[in-house]
Amino acid sequence: MTETLHETFARLTTLDRDVVAIAWLSLRVSLSAVAIGLLLGIPLGAFLAVARFRGRPAIVGLLNAFMGLPPVIVGLVLYLVLSRSGPFGPLGLLFTPGAMVAAQAILATPLVAALTRQVIADADDHLGEQLRSLGLSAPRRAMVLIYDTRFSLVTAALAAFGRAISEIGAVLVVGGNIDGHTRTMTTAISLETQKGDLSLALALGIVLIALVITVNAVAAVLRGHAARAYG
Amino acid sequence: MAGITLTDIRLILNGTAILDGLSLAIPPGGITALVGPNGAGKSATLRVIDGLLVPTSGGLRVPGGARRAFVFQKPALIRGSAAANVALGLAPLKRPRAERVERTHAALARVGLAHRAGDPATRFSGGEQQRLALARAWAARPDLLLLDEPTANLDPGATELVEALIAEMAAEGTKVVLVSHNLAQVARLAADVIVLARGRAVEHGPTRPTLMSPRTPEARAYFDGELPWSSLAAAS
Repeated sequence: MTETLHETFARLTTLDRDVVAIAWLSLRVSLSAVAIGLLLGIPLGAFLAVARFRGRPAIVGLLNAFMGLPPVIVGLVLYLVLSRSGPFGPLGLLFTPGAMVAAQAILATPLVAALTRQVIADADDHLGEQLRSLGLSAPRRAMVLIYDTRFSLVTAALAAFGRAISEIGAVLVVGGNIDGHTRTMTTAISLETQKGDLSLALALGIVLIALVITVNAVAAVLRGHAARAYG
Repeated sequence: MAGITLTDIRLILNGTAILDGLSLAIPPGGITALVGPNGAGKSATLRVIDGLLVPTSGGLRVPGGARRAFVFQKPALIRGSAAANVALGLAPLKRPRAERVERTHAALARVGLAHRAGDPATRFSGGEQQRLALARAWAARPDLLLLDEPTANLDPGATELVEALIAEMAAEGTKVVLVSHNLAQVARLAADVIVLARGRAVEHGPTRPTLMSPRTPEARAYFDGELPWSSLAAAS
């Protein structure tokens, strides 16, 4: 036990190449997935908050349910779609970081959309009548409300990042946990623990937690500054 | 701008008749006040005129092409600069950017807030926020300005500033329809007053005669509650 902790400490202080490479890949994949999730989820959430049409409550309910989409199921479906005989097989994405980004984006998008819809719906209660009175079109109103709630939407981005960086099921299935290619922090921790290399697993675990805390802290500081400026 | 006519308007929301056979003719020009007890349908009437609420039945005639602006009791401002809030009122006009910037600045100067154009609107005092809301409304040069208790949350100093702006905008040719519970304010600003009760217009006349000697029992009952001197006069 003492030896494991000693090795873990050594790996962290010497910036072990394996640890850095795996952490960097995880970060790249999850941040890309969150970026896609925000690009798709924020407009979708805003649209559902502002628009009124038949079937909207059903779509909102489905979206809320999809916040809890099991990652391994997403991985499985995406595996079928991306496998050689699947509709997107010719893209050759299976077992690449691209497939992992896609899988995590599928997990992040409903989460961002559902949280955005809630935040924008609350803002619409307060501002909607005024914006309609100004004669703004529905897309324009949605854009104004996104702008108005921009500091609150940081929370949606953080939630999506937390979900993406910490999931294992989807990246394992579509990435394949290939050493030096698609091995992320979560898949590596799982594998190394089973192999008995606890020092690497522990070092990666510490890096993972540190990354999550750092990203949240940076976002909180930026949000605090911005909110102080614009209330 | 020609006048506004509402004919036998019924507005039913969630099974309740908010407006129940409302008919009134708002004359062109000047300031018309809508008064009446809570639940009489004053705010709903303003919203029907603005198109925010669609009546269940009845006829509404607002002059075609009339630009409308609405200022609410609680100013609805976005988290952005004062200038960004005013610019929002100009967005639907689709004018060149340079003109929008110039008109934004002119509107802020109009309400005495030009020096605070870059400040966050949410940090403004209640009075400043309501002046900003008026600037946003005025920036688009509306033909019709609808005001829903614009000074209800303001202190006397801020109320005076806002009243002065409303009077100036009306003097420049904007038709103002003002909902207010403050009958002293109605007396100061409005040329004519419409009394609503239970979703109908029960009385419409020039402000002072109507306030001092209402003809209908509904208007009398409302003024007796709102104007202390009339109940004092009745007691003596």
